[in-house]
Amino acid sequence: MPDGDTGNVLEVRDLRTVFQTRGGEVHAVNSVSFEVKPGELLGVVGESGSGKSVTMMSLVGLLPSPPAEVREGRVLLAGEDLLRVTPARLREVRGGEVGFIFQDPMTSLNPVFTVGYQIMEPIRRHMGLGKKQARERAVELLELVGIPSARDRLSDYPHQFSGGMRQRVMIAMALACDPKVLIADEPTTALDVTIQAQILEIVADLRARLGMAIVWITHDLGVIAGIADRVLVMYGGQVVEQAPVHPLFNDPRHPYTRALLRTIPTVTGARAEKLEVIEGQPPILGAAPTACPFRDRCPLVFDRCHAENPAREVVAPEHDVACFHPSARSGTGGAS
Amino acid sequence: MLTFTFRRLIFAIPTLLFIALVIFLLLELAPGDPMANVPLTVPPEVKEQMRQALGLGEPAPIRFWKWIVQFFWIEPLNIFDHLFGTGFAEGKLRIISWQNRAPVFIVIAERIPQTLWVVGTAYVVAILIAIPVGIYSAYRQYSIFDQAGTFVTMIGFSVPPFFSGVLVIVIFAVQLRWFPSIYDTTHVVDDWDAFVFQLRQMFLPVMVLALQITSQLSRFMRASMLDNLGQDYVRTARAKGLRERSVVMIHVLRNSMIPVVTVIALGIPQVFGGAIITEQVFKVNGIGQLLITAIQANDLPMVQTLTFIFAVLIVLFNLIADVLYGILDPRIRYE
Repeated sequence: MPDGDTGNVLEVRDLRTVFQTRGGEVHAVNSVSFEVKPGELLGVVGESGSGKSVTMMSLVGLLPSPPAEVREGRVLLAGEDLLRVTPARLREVRGGEVGFIFQDPMTSLNPVFTVGYQIMEPIRRHMGLGKKQARERAVELLELVGIPSARDRLSDYPHQFSGGMRQRVMIAMALACDPKVLIADEPTTALDVTIQAQILEIVADLRARLGMAIVWITHDLGVIAGIADRVLVMYGGQVVEQAPVHPLFNDPRHPYTRALLRTIPTVTGARAEKLEVIEGQPPILGAAPTACPFRDRCPLVFDRCHAENPAREVVAPEHDVACFHPSARSGTGGAS
Repeated sequence: MLTFTFRRLIFAIPTLLFIALVIFLLLELAPGDPMANVPLTVPPEVKEQMRQALGLGEPAPIRFWKWIVQFFWIEPLNIFDHLFGTGFAEGKLRIISWQNRAPVFIVIAERIPQTLWVVGTAYVVAILIAIPVGIYSAYRQYSIFDQAGTFVTMIGFSVPPFFSGVLVIVIFAVQLRWFPSIYDTTHVVDDWDAFVFQLRQMFLPVMVLALQITSQLSRFMRASMLDNLGQDYVRTARAKGLRERSVVMIHVLRNSMIPVVTVIALGIPQVFGGAIITEQVFKVNGIGQLLITAIQANDLPMVQTLTFIFAVLIVLFNLIADVLYGILDPRIRYE
């Protein structure tokens, strides 16, 4: 784990987020640390409920509070700790320096305002442009994400766009003020595969042109393999493995990562009898973890896993993993 | 939208004619005799002659047809004459009240201002209170304000006006002597003092009615706001870095107002219908009071006409609500 590297555009240290519910506390994010370098695409994978989205929402205070509470940690955006700035400054960061794309483009746009109005909102708010200039910028953005006859479509309402087109609008909106970091929270999950491919292409193209860093949350490993530079595997509100994309897919060290990769059905060779699954459910943590969160589902579990929560340890260059088992360090055994 | 409105207006005609027929038949089937209040000393033959004079001797279809003609042709002519000083309706028989032999429309025109003043003001006051209360209650759900609002609303819902009306009379009119207990219909507003008196005499009935309407509307507004506050587009608006005020007052409010505006529009016919009980308690000589006395006196032309006017208003405001819906929600376009 590199520490205090000032070359990072976003650096998160020991982030902990807790939800206060009627049934007690839920520890959704537990000591999560990671960093994003300028221009890098960081993939974040994990099952539903592993804390991916909550982590990213915590960064800029997008979780409703109560019930959510960011207990501790540091979120350094170009050296500035976002957990300790004023609400006004945080609003400048949101949409201005950190752009967001959400999962469901069908519900993420306000149905009663025109697309143009919604794109121009952050432009006018953060860049202080007048109505006319903001309009020009909105046209530019819609052209950038490949919406045909952009100028005419500004006065259309979201329901007049298809799902893929709406997600393009969302991307245009997130990019409106040239953010340093773009956080994409499962942006292609709600889209069918052909549209998904188009969106991935657009993002890859925009990244090459605009050079912002991207955090891409997904549970689709195929997407990650295609676009990410580096991957963060999350489980039970923790980062269990972190590696550049090739080592992660070729030499996964954490039993969970290995299990995840095994669940991908192959298109070559004999067809498997049944789809591979990871038995059991991800845990709901009522308290800060004191043991490995994956122990109940882990094939390699042994005594120590029940007694201690493994810390992330560097096992190879830029590759760290949170597991006690010797195979995590040596890289042998279990790799499919 | 214009075609839609026009088509709906055309469709309203058979609907209204059918409603008129149903009202007429219901009144026809209802027991009762306009001569019931005539002293027993009057001989039956005289009573029968009086019934004939009221037009009751004719068969029902003829009476219905006559009423239709009077309502849709002669009464509009009279209004036209009144406005432009012409004489088209001279000598034609208007709809006459059986109680006092005066044209029904003149009686209604006398009563409607009282009702509109009191019930209309209560409606406006209720809207002005309910919308901000609903917004804030939803935004701060389960806060002390919201809890208190829920409590007051529950009381407003459950306490009937014949109780709350008498209660406020006892407190504010009898004990504190701040406001008069009776609404003086003959009061003329011609200077500042008279206006102040008008406000004072309106205060109690408006308060009683507004409490009821506010209770319903603020609950509705709160529910609608809560519905929208949980939507994904709210998170998007926040992620764009908008001020909380813009998020709530522009993005959420605009969506939340769609059903509320419809409910408000649909409630307006009730304003014209008056508030029968509240008008009785405060002795407001309004439409509600007119209707109830007409029913008691078996004054069928009056009851028929009033009920039909309410039906027209309900059909009309349904149409207005639909049009407003289309204006507020771009997803709905009538073609």
